[in-house]
Amino acid sequence: MPEIVFDKVEKSFGSVKVLPPIDLTLADGEFTVLVGPSGCGKSTTLRILAGLESLSGGEIYFDGTPISRLEPKERDIAMVFQDYALYPHMNIAQNMSFALRLAKAPKAEIDEKVQRVGKMLGIAHLLNRKPAELSGGQRQRVAMGRALVRDAGTFLFDEPLSNLDAKLRGKMRTELAEMRDSIDKNMVYVTHDQVEAMTLGDRIVVMKDGIIQQQGTPEELFKSPVNQFVAGFIGSPPMNFLEGELIEEKGKLWIRGEGFLVPIAKDAQSRLQDASDRKVIAGIRPSSFTTDPTIGAPIDLQVIVSEYLGALSVLATKCGENEVLVEVPSASPIPSGAAHTFGINTEDLMIFDRASGVRL
Amino acid sequence: MKTATLNRLTPYIFMAPAALIMIIALLYPLGYMIYGSFRAWDPSQTLSETEFVGLKNYISLLNDPNFHESLAVTLKFAFVVVSIEMVLGVGLALLLDRNIRGMSILRTLFILPMMIAPVVVGLMWRYMYHPTVGTFNRFLKSIGLDGVDWLGQHALMSVIIADIWQWTPFIFILSLAALQSLPSSALEASRIDGATGWQQIWHIKLPLMMPVLIVTCLLRLIDAFKVLEVILVMTEGGPGLSTEILALRISRTATEFRELGTAAAMSNYLLILLMLLTASMFAYTKFQEARAARLAAHAKEDD
Repeated sequence: MPEIVFDKVEKSFGSVKVLPPIDLTLADGEFTVLVGPSGCGKSTTLRILAGLESLSGGEIYFDGTPISRLEPKERDIAMVFQDYALYPHMNIAQNMSFALRLAKAPKAEIDEKVQRVGKMLGIAHLLNRKPAELSGGQRQRVAMGRALVRDAGTFLFDEPLSNLDAKLRGKMRTELAEMRDSIDKNMVYVTHDQVEAMTLGDRIVVMKDGIIQQQGTPEELFKSPVNQFVAGFIGSPPMNFLEGELIEEKGKLWIRGEGFLVPIAKDAQSRLQDASDRKVIAGIRPSSFTTDPTIGAPIDLQVIVSEYLGALSVLATKCGENEVLVEVPSASPIPSGAAHTFGINTEDLMIFDRASGVRL
Repeated sequence: MKTATLNRLTPYIFMAPAALIMIIALLYPLGYMIYGSFRAWDPSQTLSETEFVGLKNYISLLNDPNFHESLAVTLKFAFVVVSIEMVLGVGLALLLDRNIRGMSILRTLFILPMMIAPVVVGLMWRYMYHPTVGTFNRFLKSIGLDGVDWLGQHALMSVIIADIWQWTPFIFILSLAALQSLPSSALEASRIDGATGWQQIWHIKLPLMMPVLIVTCLLRLIDAFKVLEVILVMTEGGPGLSTEILALRISRTATEFRELGTAAAMSNYLLILLMLLTASMFAYTKFQEARAARLAAHAKEDD
């Protein structure tokens, strides 16, 4: 298992620059998730790592050895593709054993590995079937199995769950998480789904327009996003953003916007005191609200719809003209159409620069 | 008439004109030929004046060494040209299936021969094969070698070369289309799995192209059995009977030997041969469809 280092890796398709130079280090044995909206360059990054795409500049190092000129097969990688990419004319056993057969592994060893991985993934009874005879979920497992029999140093996953229905996706996500803990390998996983990223990643790399916005553990990204994009991308339901202005009153800093006036938490006071631009954006997670206005700072919201999700309900509300999502326990219901004063935990309030989106 | 009956008849009424034209255009000449094949038929007679001879035309053909020879030449010609064209066409497609600058021009050049009228191709090659002023012999002589008797002793080989030149592009173009519609991710997966270029061709590309290749091969065989103009222009079947393919023998039997009944019987033998090939092509396509349906049904069961 190598440590993988991207050193100023660039990629252009013709005159279109998909990746500006990026630097990235994937530690040995880590499960790294590249996440971002479509077109952010995450798949290109993975394909460059796999050797399926050449790079236009920079270099990739595996344990210090440059590998950008190596063929995919020389990189000791296995990959799971979004559309599974099974060989339609081979049966499942042949699909899974193709790489081993090319490598001229002994037949007994091949059979043993295929059986073992087949059992592990619950597809041992399908080994004689053709891919066309399998359902979507089964094909997904075969694609996973084909990578796993390889015993490669690095496993690459290119949105492997995106073609499955919601229920199956959840199930496979759990299985992947279990697998991650039992297999001590480098894994690089690309997805546009932040839930997948949060549940699977040891470390998450958030990308947008080819640029790495932030990398860190799921908790770091959730608790201390560096900018408005990361804050809005990570977390479900997404963070609310309200335009406002920093004002000073009664010797304290406040943020004032359409329909709200909220004090800034104590430890952020000194940091924000020097903010050159007073035009900011307040970020509040739906979970930072309470139904009890005496806790934290009060805010008046007009409840439009209430979505019941079991233990929790998500309320779509209005603060002035802005929409605000609020997550509350279903035990204390607030009827749709009613105005209500909620409390905001000011410690959770995040302030972003309105022009640059950078967190202040 | 009741409305229900009328409704049921409507589709047939609509189809009737087209069906009638089909019958006149297709079945009438065919029936005419089959009818004629059972009669002693001279071109000076109308068909109704001719004498019914039963299977005599068919049987005498079976004992006719010239017909045997012609059939043998046809089979040899068809199988040799199609085998070589398949190898060359598929090979070229594998070679040119890449996005390099100028490749599209090269591809267009490769398919030009197919666009030329067969008579022109025949004339062209006949002049190039000319023993004294032809391109090939002049070249051979310029490098100090003896000329080759292209359209004499080696006539069959020479017409085979001309046919390969003209029809390899057909296989090339269909193979290239098949190659370019292969699932690209399966090819990428095989690269990750460690396949070299050759292994990719052998284990992934060719097996996946196979349905297209089989149909292409059958189409070319059907065509090769019917070839006429190129050989007519180049050798007129000679020297001797060495390049007298079946279509040529049929036309000579009808025009030179004035035996329309025999020519019709010979045509029917060729027709049977072609129908067998066509039937096997349709059977293969049916088989593929049935297989795909069976696999898909299997997948549903488990979903």
